[in-house]
Amino acid sequence: MEQEARVAVERSTPLSISPINLRGKPRFGENVIEIIVFVCGAISIFTTTAIVIVLFQEAWLFFGSPEVDLAEFFGTTTWQPETGRFGIWPLMTSTLITSIIALIVAVPLGLGAAIYLSEYASPQARGYLKPILEVLAGVPTVVYGYFALTFVTPVILQGLLGKENVEIYNMLSAGLTMGIMILPLVASMSEDALSAVPRALREGAYGLGATRLETSLRIVVPAAMSGILAAVIVAMSRAVGETMIVALAAGAGPRFTFNPLQAAETMTGHIARISGGDISYASIQYTSIFAIALVLFFMTLLLNLLSGWVASRFREVYE
Amino acid sequence: MSAQSLDQRDRPTGYLPEGADINRNIAVRRLRGAIWHAIFVSSLIIGLLALATLIYTIVNDTFGYIAVQTKVDPEELTGGRPLEELSKEELIEILRANVSAGLFRRFDRDEPFSERSRESVLQLVEERVVGREVVAVYKLTESLLERERIEATVRERFPRAKLEFHSWLNRDFLTRPMSSVPILAGVGNAILGSLWVIAITMLLAIPIGILGGVYLEEYASDTWYYRLIETNINNLAGVPSIIYGILGLAVFVRAFESFTSGAMFGVTDSNGRTILSAGLTMALLVLPLMIINAREAIRAVPQSIRQASYGLGATKWQTVWHHVLPNALPGILTGTILSVSRAMGETAPLIVIGASTFIVFFPDSVFDKFTVIPIQIYNWTSQPGAQFRSIAAAAIIVLLVTLLALNATAILLRNRLRRSY
Repeated sequence: MEQEARVAVERSTPLSISPINLRGKPRFGENVIEIIVFVCGAISIFTTTAIVIVLFQEAWLFFGSPEVDLAEFFGTTTWQPETGRFGIWPLMTSTLITSIIALIVAVPLGLGAAIYLSEYASPQARGYLKPILEVLAGVPTVVYGYFALTFVTPVILQGLLGKENVEIYNMLSAGLTMGIMILPLVASMSEDALSAVPRALREGAYGLGATRLETSLRIVVPAAMSGILAAVIVAMSRAVGETMIVALAAGAGPRFTFNPLQAAETMTGHIARISGGDISYASIQYTSIFAIALVLFFMTLLLNLLSGWVASRFREVYE
Repeated sequence: MSAQSLDQRDRPTGYLPEGADINRNIAVRRLRGAIWHAIFVSSLIIGLLALATLIYTIVNDTFGYIAVQTKVDPEELTGGRPLEELSKEELIEILRANVSAGLFRRFDRDEPFSERSRESVLQLVEERVVGREVVAVYKLTESLLERERIEATVRERFPRAKLEFHSWLNRDFLTRPMSSVPILAGVGNAILGSLWVIAITMLLAIPIGILGGVYLEEYASDTWYYRLIETNINNLAGVPSIIYGILGLAVFVRAFESFTSGAMFGVTDSNGRTILSAGLTMALLVLPLMIINAREAIRAVPQSIRQASYGLGATKWQTVWHHVLPNALPGILTGTILSVSRAMGETAPLIVIGASTFIVFFPDSVFDKFTVIPIQIYNWTSQPGAQFRSIAAAAIIVLLVTLLALNATAILLRNRLRRSY
């Protein structure tokens, strides 16, 4: 016992000689800061949790009320809160129709612009063209709503198709304008994907005698396909969640129709109109907008996750 | 000719053209290239054309001839002096003499005349007594190109009316509050409302966003909750803005009503639909954007700077505060300005929260009802009538010029403060 103790003392001696101890000094301030910084990062979790809780809670009240059930919500095609009929399909179809029209405009144009910027344009031309596209992306959506209502519908649509064939509020005008709105998004995301394709691939194609077009369409675009697909899906998600254009131009009243020249309210447009008026917090109309928002939230979440998955799953890795 | 190349010629896919075929083949491919080149260029041009048309439409609606008709000639009321030169007392007298006693008392009840400013009385006189009324509105292009036709139509249809060239965007428009009469309406209180909301948003989003970025880049290790936060922030950036509005409605407007309406602090005449609720909601909306931008800026600071700081014995926070953040500042500033411009143009969440479309007073505390520029644009665009369209266009110019100025500042800052390592 004694011997062991002495050995222990001898062993510890060299340490105790050292005048300053550099290790293990607790720094109170550093720890507090670390906690603060962590909380700031974690606030985003609070946002998501709050969104999910709020949406589910009110939607639960909505589906729990005697006037509605899930089968009616997803199975019928009339949305008339006044008469207690809540079938989401009229809102859903108009959302999808406007979004698909937007994609039909934005994807070819955006992709064409991206190929031009990345493969054809000189660095100087790209230098001033890209910022202009970014300006287009920075225009607030309410301005596009004004544009749809005061220019696209009366001048373009009613001018081309005749005043009697096109309603003042219609899905086509909202969809076309939304296409212009998401065009810069598709263009800039696709351009990033195209520019990321290594130069060696292009030079290989040129070396084999391919023209610029053949190189672009057969080599560069396939190589950047994952990024382009991701851009298209993000654009779809943006179009589904867009509110101001459809609230102003697509019409104020749910209608189950597949004719894009008619007015029909979308999910976002309906939420905006109902919550914009003075509604009582106890009414079923109030809880109904949470049910719509829940569907909307999951649609966009799904699209965003899908976009991320496509981008990583199908990425071609070079080098 | 070897046997091998003959074999190739027989294979349909590996056919190599020879002689005249080569030229034809090349010509066809070049032509196809030229056609597609034109297609790519034109898709870009269509985008630019859309932007040009947008600007044209806005400008076209903002300026142009208007035909104005008055119920009473203002010169008769004042004996030849212009209305703008009269004092407040004289204006009140004119008002008393020309409107019914009941109406006069009602104005006094709404806001006592002793407390009203001269401008507010002048506006009442213009609205109620002079009754300047716009009877016809013309767009800029018509006004410039078809002047004679417009003059003839106005003479014929409104013989008493005066035709004048009017810019809907003017100093009065920038300073006046809302009005139900388009020509008297302004965005004064909407501009102030926008500033209030942005101030609260940024007060919260800037520190939290930067510190959140610092956590993700400097402090976090690769644990499950780090990955959760990271994925979560990226997904939050893609959530539609109207969902944030719904969140704000349920949480800030309803659940925390006693806080956001100011009831907790002794404000009594208000509900939860206040500037504070709007600012808090907008802060949640721009936070993911702020964090993502801050992260990128912090990541761009080279590792050697951190190592040098640690090597001199600095602690983690000292390194972050004195070396990483100052070096990341240009990027963070750019991200902040982009977030501000996002918050300025955002409309949908504020509609859901319940921004008022019609308020005439100027907000002076965070517990006031509010309106912002985009809400006014939405409101005016959805009203029928050419005059409302014109003031919507004027408000759009105000908004777009502000956003353009912000973005230009961001680009300038980025270029001026950028350092290369």
